[in-house]
Amino acid sequence: MKIFMIILFAVLIICAIIVTVTKNLLNSILVYMAFSLIMSIIWICLQSPDLAITEAAVGAGVTTVLFIATLKKIHAIQDDRREDENFDTEHEPELGDVQEEDTYEGK
Amino acid sequence: MKANKNYEKTTAFKFFRWMKGTKDPYVGEVEMKPQPHHEVPEETIQERMKEKSELLDAVYDVKTNKKVKAFTRIYRTIAIIFCLILTASLVAVVSFLPKTGDPTTPANSSEVAERYNSSALEETGAVNTVTGMILTYRAFDTFGETNVLFIATICVMISLMLEEKVAEREEERRLARHPEHKDPILQLAAKFLVPIIVVFGIYIILNGQNSPGGGFSGGAILGAGLILYANAFGIKDTGRFFNEKVYAVCKVTALCMYGLIGLYYYTCGANGINNHIPFGIPGAILSGGIILPIDICVGIEVACTMYAFYALFKRGSL
Repeated sequence: MKIFMIILFAVLIICAIIVTVTKNLLNSILVYMAFSLIMSIIWICLQSPDLAITEAAVGAGVTTVLFIATLKKIHAIQDDRREDENFDTEHEPELGDVQEEDTYEGK
Repeated sequence: MKANKNYEKTTAFKFFRWMKGTKDPYVGEVEMKPQPHHEVPEETIQERMKEKSELLDAVYDVKTNKKVKAFTRIYRTIAIIFCLILTASLVAVVSFLPKTGDPTTPANSSEVAERYNSSALEETGAVNTVTGMILTYRAFDTFGETNVLFIATICVMISLMLEEKVAEREEERRLARHPEHKDPILQLAAKFLVPIIVVFGIYIILNGQNSPGGGFSGGAILGAGLILYANAFGIKDTGRFFNEKVYAVCKVTALCMYGLIGLYYYTCGANGINNHIPFGIPGAILSGGIILPIDICVGIEVACTMYAFYALFKRGSL
């Protein structure tokens, strides 16, 4: 049991470091989900199953979905269908694109 | 209708004339002329754009700008030193913590913990002491938390909710751009999983006083099931049984019911004194006095919150 706990804690710390270091936002969200899952197992080992259920449902489930929905909303996730030829990119600027150049029209 | 001459004598006409500024009482008649159109030559525009790009290049020139380089270096060193100090102090504090389950710690040897351990079952009628504690001794705390959830959804609604027409137009535009892509794998998985998840959530809510779980965890699981359904079949399909009306009724009723039950419990005397709600047999589903109804209220509240967050983030409406 003790070895199992040590392994879990080690993986937890590795996950925490990876979440902060990864450049890709989607990857870091997925790793964060793994973090929550491991955390819920640790809660069970620490004899608090109430917290484990909540952690698994909220931390690993709902928060991840909300994060991904937010990333989709701010166009930080590349859509596969963007590569289609007839895809209209006019209204959906990619992240980091300059929107419209100022034209200095004197009025 | 007055003739124009008569109308010009009225105060209303004078007032509006003064508002428009066509006649000033001191200057007299003022002639309104549009401003001459001022044309900016093409060269000036080009020059200004060039200046702007030069400025931007100078500002964002990270590779050769010495000030930026120095700042980055100092910033990084300070950040690393700060992190090391923080980690070291935290580890030092952890090494002074008592062992888990040590009976001499204040948390384990205080009167409150003893009372919870010895008489929680008689006073609350719940086998699961954690739920019994949260929903009877500290029902007022939990009421505050439920209120926080309620206010949080309202805040998300204020910042993200679109008008009905705007939301529909957005939806149409999105559908026109890429037509509804229904994933057969996700749908088949959802068909099997959603009923199981929902039943499991209801089980956890109803059995909160006997086994681990309770309103919060069960509600979160219910909400997750709803989100999975909405993800597989579209939010429009979910709207058939869970639209804005149902949401409002569920949420407000749950919060009010919790408030009423809590009020009844506290006015009748907390800790089960002269409590008219029977405890039942400990271990049965219909037991635990006020725990079961409060659990149901909290579960509905949390499930609504989870689903509302998702729907508002995704579509801007429920």
